[in-house]
Amino acid sequence: MIRTEGLKMEFHVGFFRKRVVALKGLTMEVKRGEVFGFLGPNGAGKTTTLKILMGLVYPTGGAAWLMGRPISDSSVKRNIGFLPEQPYFYDYLTAAEFMDLSGRLFGMRRKEREARAEELLDMVGLSGAKNLQLRKFSKGMQQRIGIAQALINDPELVVLDEPMSGLDPVGRKQVRDIILGLKDKGKTIFFSTHILPDVEVICDRVGILVRGELRAMGTVDELLSGTKVKSVEMTFAGVSGENLSSLERMASGTVTRGSETTATFGDQEAARAAKRLVFESGGEIISLIPHKSSLEDLFMEEVGKRK
Amino acid sequence: MKVYAIAINTFKEVIRDKIFYSLVFFALLLLGASMLLSTLTLGERSKIIEDLSLSSIEIFGVIISIFVGIGLVGKELEKKTIYIIISKPIKRWQFLLGKYLGLALVLLSYISVMTACYMLELKFYLNELPWQTLMAVLLIYVELLTVTASAILFSTFSTPTLSASYALALYVIGHMTEDLRGLAAKTGQAGVKAVLNFVYYFLPNLEDFDIKAKTVHAIPVSAEYILMSVSYGLMYVMAILALSVLIFQRRNFK
Repeated sequence: MIRTEGLKMEFHVGFFRKRVVALKGLTMEVKRGEVFGFLGPNGAGKTTTLKILMGLVYPTGGAAWLMGRPISDSSVKRNIGFLPEQPYFYDYLTAAEFMDLSGRLFGMRRKEREARAEELLDMVGLSGAKNLQLRKFSKGMQQRIGIAQALINDPELVVLDEPMSGLDPVGRKQVRDIILGLKDKGKTIFFSTHILPDVEVICDRVGILVRGELRAMGTVDELLSGTKVKSVEMTFAGVSGENLSSLERMASGTVTRGSETTATFGDQEAARAAKRLVFESGGEIISLIPHKSSLEDLFMEEVGKRK
Repeated sequence: MKVYAIAINTFKEVIRDKIFYSLVFFALLLLGASMLLSTLTLGERSKIIEDLSLSSIEIFGVIISIFVGIGLVGKELEKKTIYIIISKPIKRWQFLLGKYLGLALVLLSYISVMTACYMLELKFYLNELPWQTLMAVLLIYVELLTVTASAILFSTFSTPTLSASYALALYVIGHMTEDLRGLAAKTGQAGVKAVLNFVYYFLPNLEDFDIKAKTVHAIPVSAEYILMSVSYGLMYVMAILALSVLIFQRRNFK
């Protein structure tokens, strides 16, 4: 669906035309029907990549294809929907007028435009606001109308730049549900984000971009499979005196709430020894939770790595 | 169709802006003031009314052309609304042409309203309707089209403030190109002469569109002259727009 090969982007900024490299040869692929999360800290080059794909900026090297056609072929945009980062719209237009303009740019017929606009505004929960000027829209509403306009042409590929940033939990859930709904319809979704919990929930595959380089790519499970159990958290009761003190010494930290104590152990070995001690001293284990690395840890690790 | 969609959107953008109305309001105010001022003169009242009215139509038209014109593309870039448009299956030239035609439509509405009021003023106040005055208005419109195209050209590669200065400078110099040619004729140095001649042919000769003085003094202007001036203006507009598209085509929207 999306393929890039050695995509490079350099900017020259300021009076002295200082060279800034935004992308250092990005090669990646997004397959049909998947939800692909494009992760990376601010300034990693995510937006630049998306802008190149949408024809807003021209790459200084490499090539990219959308649905098998080179990005310079503007007819490919017929089957693509795009939501820019922090979108601004024509705030003097009403929601309905804006949807109509979007439809016109796809050369859609009036009846088709109206029906589709109605359906999409309903889907994003804005049918009540269709005659309201966009300047009166809240941030969440803006984001939703942005998604609605990106879907006006019933695209096969939906590209979203930071669709969840700046939204409250309810708004994020709505966007998440919309993305999953699109996936059910067989659409391909490519979105950039730095909100990681959402990624783990909805993405089939992710790519991590750091300082213009793709550091990791694969399913969330694949990326995390190599990671070890980081810590084990054990909650127990009924242990006292010397035994409790030695348990506390074995743990990297303990919290006592009433008769229950929760202790965190650095590795599984220590946790096993602690478990034996609890049983031997006649205590009771209430819960035992191993903590594996999360995508966030992996992300932090990749970002933290020096080149 | 796509050009039309952009043009209509641009039209809506301008006419839903309060600044546009305040400019029209002041233009109309000046039109009305011409009647008052004319009472202060001895005879020749029609000249004062015609001269002042035509000038105010032109001046406010130029202000709209430049200040709205530079914003057309500039604002889209600044507010990033252009991302939404260019990511859709529209060619960049279609976008630029649509923007231009939208403002041309705004200017046409402006000129129509102003001319209607001006004609009513002439009819009821002086009970005469000199037809050449309509030709003068037509040429003002062509001049505005030229100025708008140059404002768009500048805004494809420059910031709004600089574009406004460039466009304003072009308007002023465009009215003095005859002087440039005169200077070229008088200068002895071949290099200077070549530069002046180049500037003369390169910049729009806006003075060609000015038949206000002749109209006011009832000096007839031939139909050929008007036709030639209109053709010149339209050709100049096409050339500038083509150049704008060339620049805009290569631009990165950061």
